[in-house]
Amino acid sequence: MPERIDFWGIPQPWGPILVYSIVMLAFLVMLVRFYRQASLWWRVGRPEKHWDQPLKRLLRVFNYSIVQVRVLGQRYPGVMHAALAWAYFVFFMGTALATINGHFFVFLEGSPYLAYKLILDLFTVFFLVGAVMAGYRRFVTRPSRLTLEPRFAWSLFFIVFIVLNGLLVESFRLAIQRPAWAAWSPAGWALAQLWIATGASEQALHGWHISAYFTHFLTVSALFITIPSSTLFHMFTGPLNAFFSDPDRPAGRLPAMPQNEKGEPVYADSLRKLTWKQLMESDACTECGRCQDACPAHAAGMVLSPKELMVAVRDSLHKDSPRLNGNGQAPALVGGAIPDAVVWSCTTCGACDAECPMLIEHVDLVVDMRRYLVSEGRVDNLLQDALSNLSRYGNSFGQSERARSKWSLPVQPKIKDARKEAVEYLWFVGDYASYNPALVEITRLTAEVFQRAGLDFGILYEAERNSGNDARRVGEEGLFEFLVEKNSAALAKCTFKAIVTTDPHTYNTLKNEYPADALGGRPVLHYTELLDDLVTSGKLVLQKKLGERVTYHDPCYLGRYNGVYAAPRRLLAAAGCELVEMPRHGPHALCCSAGGGRIWMEEGEVRERPSENRMREAAAMGSVKTFVVSCPKDIVMYRDAVKTTSLEDRLVVKDLIELVHEAM
Amino acid sequence: MNNDIYVLIEHVRGQIADISYIMLAQANQLAPSTGGKVIALLLGQGAQGLASDLAADRVAYIDHPALAEFTGEATQRVLADILARETPRLVLMGDTTIGSDVAGMLSARLNLPLVSACRAIRVEAGCLAFTSQTCGGKMMADGVLPTGTTLVLMVPGAFKPDQGRAAKAPAVETLAAPDLGGLRVSLKQYNEPASEDVDITREAILVGVGRGIQREDNLELAQELAEALGGVVCATRPVVDQNWLPTTRLVGKSGKTVKPKVYIALGISGAPEHSESITGSEMIIAVNTDAAAPIFDMAKYGTTIDLLDLLPVLSEKVRQAKSG
Amino acid sequence: MKIAVPVQFVPDLVEELIVDAQGNRLDPYAIRWILNEFDDHAIEQAVILKEKGGADITVIAPDFEGADDALFAAAAKGADHLVKITADYDGGINAHALARLFAPILDGLKPDIILTGVQAHSSLDGSAGALLAETLGLPYVGYVSGIDAAGGKATVRKEYPGGLTAILDVTLPAVFGIQAAETPPRYVPITKVRQAMKTNQIDEESQDLDLSGGLEPARMYPPEVGQRAAMLEGDIDDVAEKIAAILSDQGIL
Repeated sequence: MPERIDFWGIPQPWGPILVYSIVMLAFLVMLVRFYRQASLWWRVGRPEKHWDQPLKRLLRVFNYSIVQVRVLGQRYPGVMHAALAWAYFVFFMGTALATINGHFFVFLEGSPYLAYKLILDLFTVFFLVGAVMAGYRRFVTRPSRLTLEPRFAWSLFFIVFIVLNGLLVESFRLAIQRPAWAAWSPAGWALAQLWIATGASEQALHGWHISAYFTHFLTVSALFITIPSSTLFHMFTGPLNAFFSDPDRPAGRLPAMPQNEKGEPVYADSLRKLTWKQLMESDACTECGRCQDACPAHAAGMVLSPKELMVAVRDSLHKDSPRLNGNGQAPALVGGAIPDAVVWSCTTCGACDAECPMLIEHVDLVVDMRRYLVSEGRVDNLLQDALSNLSRYGNSFGQSERARSKWSLPVQPKIKDARKEAVEYLWFVGDYASYNPALVEITRLTAEVFQRAGLDFGILYEAERNSGNDARRVGEEGLFEFLVEKNSAALAKCTFKAIVTTDPHTYNTLKNEYPADALGGRPVLHYTELLDDLVTSGKLVLQKKLGERVTYHDPCYLGRYNGVYAAPRRLLAAAGCELVEMPRHGPHALCCSAGGGRIWMEEGEVRERPSENRMREAAAMGSVKTFVVSCPKDIVMYRDAVKTTSLEDRLVVKDLIELVHEAM
Repeated sequence: MNNDIYVLIEHVRGQIADISYIMLAQANQLAPSTGGKVIALLLGQGAQGLASDLAADRVAYIDHPALAEFTGEATQRVLADILARETPRLVLMGDTTIGSDVAGMLSARLNLPLVSACRAIRVEAGCLAFTSQTCGGKMMADGVLPTGTTLVLMVPGAFKPDQGRAAKAPAVETLAAPDLGGLRVSLKQYNEPASEDVDITREAILVGVGRGIQREDNLELAQELAEALGGVVCATRPVVDQNWLPTTRLVGKSGKTVKPKVYIALGISGAPEHSESITGSEMIIAVNTDAAAPIFDMAKYGTTIDLLDLLPVLSEKVRQAKSG
Repeated sequence: MKIAVPVQFVPDLVEELIVDAQGNRLDPYAIRWILNEFDDHAIEQAVILKEKGGADITVIAPDFEGADDALFAAAAKGADHLVKITADYDGGINAHALARLFAPILDGLKPDIILTGVQAHSSLDGSAGALLAETLGLPYVGYVSGIDAAGGKATVRKEYPGGLTAILDVTLPAVFGIQAAETPPRYVPITKVRQAMKTNQIDEESQDLDLSGGLEPARMYPPEVGQRAAMLEGDIDDVAEKIAAILSDQGIL
């Protein structure tokens, strides 16, 4: 009768006593070491509550840390890691079940036992496949996004050694026991043939078995002890971060400026000013580098790497902890471990946050540091001008606020003044669409499309100000609040059912960050959502089928941040266009690099502009003639890029509204 | 009160500023109507020689060690001393880093009216009328000069420096200097500008960049054009203040005055501080997206095309024309 | 060391300038006032001096629209005292009037250094700083772009024509007309300005305005379009062609 024999082949009674005492001791040491690392988070960092909805959080832990959906997002490393991690989950459960079976409640007998053995062995094989994949990746392929340092190789070696050792133990037992059901442990049984073939005596085999067994539990104990200071620490910090990251926070909403008890703002000048969760996050980083690969600034050759950023925080936390713990001057974070240029290079596109399997929120950290730099006035001249202009004129161009609606003068009939008349849709036009001479035509086209679609819409004329999205992301929180106040006051005097905007940045902040009473529960729509709605409901008919082959670039603040992918695509289909997706589309779209206030800063040295890289990506698809965007800054960036890459005869950059207009 | 017109001659390190000759030309045009003489006021130490080509009826020369180099305080004391005795109709001074200091102090000290940024003075209905520029050159102001001694700070207008140069040296009268003890301001030393850089005042082709260049990275577009043309890049104050170009390339009120054959003004608004220093250009071509920019009033040709779009294409065309 | 920075406001040139119905001054309703750029540099220079060797800074402004914001922004940068002068400004303002407004306050304050912008683009009667200096009986140096001060003496860098600069020694107290601060005016985040609003107070003084010494124009008008440039039409390529042709004709190419 198949059954699991606890501590088979191990001398009693001292064998189990030794095993349990050493393993428990190791476990305790691990806990103590874990506590010492973890307590740094709350001793150095600021308090912050992340406890609500525990069930929802646990579900996220399951999703992101057990199933590991984000890791699976890339095929090779996904399969590789699943093999390694899931196998260990299974081995851990196997050991737990074996312990329960041995001391409390016998169930590992008969069919359940056979299933148990089979699963464990299959996962062993799966693990070894993963191990080979990992070894190949780390030593042969050596992708640049990885940190190719010995500590990672040692971890890999360690976990492989343990598994192989475990297989060895099983194989020796099977070579001795030779049960009728041995085939239910295919891997162990196969290996056992080797030992059987040697003709070794049962005594000899027992000796090998015991050696292998003790080696196994000693290395496992060693693993326990070293986890808190090895690259495997993420096994704990990952699930912890998945638990403590807030389930309901929209990606497009930045945290408010933290304040101390006196109501004064708290600036992230040192690690002490980060929250405990941010410090924990840095310990969760596995240096997988997916964020780095997705980062447009890094691709352009700038100094920013989201991965290096987290590593810098983590290393600083561990290196500087004595000084951080004391009452003395804390070492500077930005300007110290992290150069100013790193902080300013970020476009806040959110690709790093979206890719990270550990759910680390890099953008929050960058904005926190920017808030500090702004408070110190460590801002480059160009950005300074833009911010001064925003605060004085309500736009970054430094043009009079009275000139904001000049673009609308030729539009007939005159667009309704939402300040004076009630409208159904309040069209929040946005700075670029209003002031940039190259974009004004598109804005007028948009007005025409709205009119021909029979929409009851109006604009705020001179009362509109920059929505503040990018001012906030640059770290000028006071300016953001000021702009929100002004815009909210203007909106309060208007009667409308919904807000529509043509600028995804405006869309993002109005939808996610403006105070609830400013919007009064009324929806904020991007024009693609609104028009898609009208087309789908039949209120707007696109009569001409354009028959063009196009590709569509998902704007960061519309797509990745707010999940609007389908509406623009339906519109393109309705206009009779054939859509060919670029390799990096949807949530993987490459940012044009205008965001996060970058369009207001000195460009600096770049190896290849992300916008040019994107143009080449589109041009590589041969048959596509039109590059479609739905953000005014994308028009500016890509029309420039198509010139600087000399691809003007291959691609034309158009806003989606232009195609809709053509198709009407 | 007499009807003379005094002109304060500005000179630094042996060089007389163009504005002095321009003012002499203006004074000579007015003198017949006021019925007075044009008297050039020359202050310095051992500087009589500078009087040789001044187009004045006479030169009043004051010699004193404290006047060897210009300081506002010493100059103002000398003028105050003269004006305590004499009451000319007008005292013309250059609206420059030199004249402007003096005029203000004199006006307050002697309670004399002061008009600044004046481009021209003319006779109208028996009165002296002035035209000044204001608001960065976007507005002009006309008015009547009060009767009684009036101080006027002048900027270059319709007269050219040559019109103020005399073929024959005028009579020089040396006046006694007043007591110049207890001066609170003294010049220690000049800072030599970096000499390794080009001298833009000698260049025939200049490409001027202003605020419209927007960022430092875009300078290379201007450099390319300058290279293609065989010329040199110069700049207005905002660009130099940002350290994008050295001060040796500054064209303007506190920089250099240039007289190239061609001056291509990129993203320059044409405010007086800069524009008064390029009036000597034979031809100005202005590129500025603001159709109302004052630069278009002095340029021969202009375009509102964005310089960032235009420059690469233009540089290419220039290179083609030169090679082909 | 005590530093005083009297500042003034000028019409913002970003806005359209409109002449009023009488034709001899700018329509006050169309004007948007902005702190004189050179006064902004003067405030910055004062703060730089404070950072170099300590100082007590008083900023004085006439009560124009936006004066409060400008004063609080100065406080956020490091100004210690803020003074606003109320008067009847309806008839306009000029450099002589400003000098008279500031003089009594500065007489009472007795600062070691007075910094003010060297010029204002809207002025038709010279530099307020020079007038102020002589009214107070103090030495004046204009077009200053750098200051060091210690023990009753200042060493300043003054701009001379032709890109030349010179170092001058000046005994204090003195007035300096600032052309540019040693480093461009720093950015002050709005949060700090708002904090300054809570922690600082503006002292108000009332005075009479005396405009004599300056002149009221008889007429103001935009410059005549007479010799306007010949504007080149067409797209980028056309215009570039035309310019190349013009240069060729000039013998440049």
